[in-house]
Amino acid sequence: MKLDLDPEYEAFRADVSETLTKNRHLAPTSEDKGYKNARRIAWQKLLIEHGLAARTIPKAYGGYGGEADILKARIIAEEFARSRVPGPMAGQGISMLVPTLLELGTEAQKQAYIRPTIEGEMIWCQGYSEPGAGSDLAALRTSAVEDGDHYVINGSKIWTSTAKQADMIFCLVRTDPAAKKHEGITYITFPMSMPGIEVRPLVDMTGSANFNEVFFTNVRVPKSGVIYQPNKGWQVANATLTHERGMLGDPNATKARFLELVTLMKGESVNGQPLIANPLLCDRLMQLQAEVYAMQANGLRITTSRLKGEQAGIAGLIVKLNGCDLNHEIARLAIDALGELGILYEDGEHLRSDGSWQWRYMYDLGLIIGGGTAQIQKNIIAERGLNMPREPKLAKA
Amino acid sequence: MEFALSEDQRMLQDSLKGVLSQSASLDQIRKIAVGDAGAVRALEAALEDFGLASLLLPEAAGGLGLGLLDACLVQEALGYHIAPSRFLASALAAVALADNPGLLGGDAKFALAVTEMASRRDGAGLSLKAGKLSGTALLAISAEEATHLLAADAKGGLHVVDAAGAKAAPMQTIDRTRTFHAVTLSGVKVLSTAKANDRFLAAARLLAAADTLGAAQAMIDKAVAYAAERQQFGRVIGSFQAVKHMCAEMAAKLEPGRALIWHAAHALDIGDAEGPVMANLAKAYLAEAGTFIARTATEVHGGMGFTDLVGLHYWFKRIGVNRQLFGSPEQARQTAAQLQGLVA
Repeated sequence: MKLDLDPEYEAFRADVSETLTKNRHLAPTSEDKGYKNARRIAWQKLLIEHGLAARTIPKAYGGYGGEADILKARIIAEEFARSRVPGPMAGQGISMLVPTLLELGTEAQKQAYIRPTIEGEMIWCQGYSEPGAGSDLAALRTSAVEDGDHYVINGSKIWTSTAKQADMIFCLVRTDPAAKKHEGITYITFPMSMPGIEVRPLVDMTGSANFNEVFFTNVRVPKSGVIYQPNKGWQVANATLTHERGMLGDPNATKARFLELVTLMKGESVNGQPLIANPLLCDRLMQLQAEVYAMQANGLRITTSRLKGEQAGIAGLIVKLNGCDLNHEIARLAIDALGELGILYEDGEHLRSDGSWQWRYMYDLGLIIGGGTAQIQKNIIAERGLNMPREPKLAKA
Repeated sequence: MEFALSEDQRMLQDSLKGVLSQSASLDQIRKIAVGDAGAVRALEAALEDFGLASLLLPEAAGGLGLGLLDACLVQEALGYHIAPSRFLASALAAVALADNPGLLGGDAKFALAVTEMASRRDGAGLSLKAGKLSGTALLAISAEEATHLLAADAKGGLHVVDAAGAKAAPMQTIDRTRTFHAVTLSGVKVLSTAKANDRFLAAARLLAAADTLGAAQAMIDKAVAYAAERQQFGRVIGSFQAVKHMCAEMAAKLEPGRALIWHAAHALDIGDAEGPVMANLAKAYLAEAGTFIARTATEVHGGMGFTDLVGLHYWFKRIGVNRQLFGSPEQARQTAAQLQGLVA
């Protein structure tokens, strides 16, 4: 057990901290809205140049070209959080498509897509879920029928975030309806500007449209958009799903929210008494703190496993389930602590924290469901972590 | 950075588990639970052979000078096998007397009377007058055959007295594998005094949490194994999602508790200021997770879980006792809030 870092890493931390301090005046502010804001793109390029974004992506594709180093990645994330300097761009193109291309894309695909994607000039959306294929993703039915050098795509996708803004989509389509359900799927990319694509915003319980529905009617897509091979899309998608699950439930983000809750409970008063002085609220706060500490320690354990090239086992499988639940519970306590004022939303006098606690309480419920529902996570923990038997397949009716 | 057990720590725990799977089989534990003195002695002898007593003794006193993380690993193994042991009391004596280890070595066997540090009920509590300790302390640990008693007074002092001066009356708890006593002292001379600081109570609570970690892990293992064998409706019950999800929930609650205990123990070992906060929160976390697992693992076993035949209730009761030992989860959370200056 050794929790301090070697001098090499402490020096690296100091470098990162200095870079952020020196350049923070160039960072985008709340004024810089929108996906292709010039200041945001310039900031992203600066971060890449200093190895604080796209760190392990080869120089040839526009990245920094650094070696994979879990501790350095961790230090960078911690320094962004600590300094409160805006971090690198995120999004499904950067976090899911780029790693997939690096692993399975052709040279031409890597050359065409990686640089603009990581620099924020090319926005992507993900076409996976369908109205009839949620937890059972492999049941997807959007069809792609060969026609010379093209596929003709018909069907629809749902839960597509950033579909309105996206230049491109990476999409799972059924290319062989006769094959077993996992074996007839192809992973394909194409521009969202193609004729026959319609995007409809999907308003959710938060009141905003964080997601969309996307409809395809005879969309003609060149075969060159296929990633890896036709009918191998399930394997390709699994490579990216691993990346998505890694993003949900980050314990450092949870800790930051917990600290906001502590600040709220120390600063707010009811009947002339600080909220923190209410023993029942304080007890709930401590219950959550125990879980925050536990998930942070669990995260350290996972990092160590990765450093050693070992599987993290159950410690790794529970992160999405526990982390998303904990975020939701933190928001719930904040709302309860605010009491009657906790129900205020969107705008107006007396509103606290811009209404973000209610927004998070709702949005976090979406994350408990999205990215593999809590129930699917429990199946995974039981089957992969505890080696419990799979559900027997139903005989076809 | 390395957040993992060392090779030595893994070996310590594995070899202790090896000894316990022989010497603390459920058959042996059942004998101990009905007061079979031979069974009690056999387990004690096996643990003595293993050298449990010397692990935490300072090197100056002839021990190995191991830390709280090692102690947690030992306590976890004991909890896993629901083995009664003097280890908890002697480990805490080593923490209390770290600056004055003279009394620890040799054949000293410590009993522990510190319940009133967290909770005074029924007029219990010890008071110090002119170097002598008087009063009654409830639910003292390892009082049988003790040579020394480590006892807390009402003002936050910890004192060592000769155990021969204390009158011990058994207190029957739900857990028949471990004995608890009310000890009464009438002006017993204090041999040594230490301050009952945050670190001591934190260490006590952390070790209780580690014991629950082991006991709860055993219950999960048993539930998963049972679900893989028991058949209903023509299939093993572990293939039903209802059962699978119960098991997944148990694992998802317990596994972060393991990391939390490691982190808290390490923080206490290196004197990190966050150590006592983490240890108190670990006590509360494992109390809640343990209670959930004790119930859920019993339910996975269906009716058999409720019977004495399977013996699952020994683990259920071990976890139930640990939950209250050295303070309830509510008290541990209150201590954590106080240590952070969040409440007075």
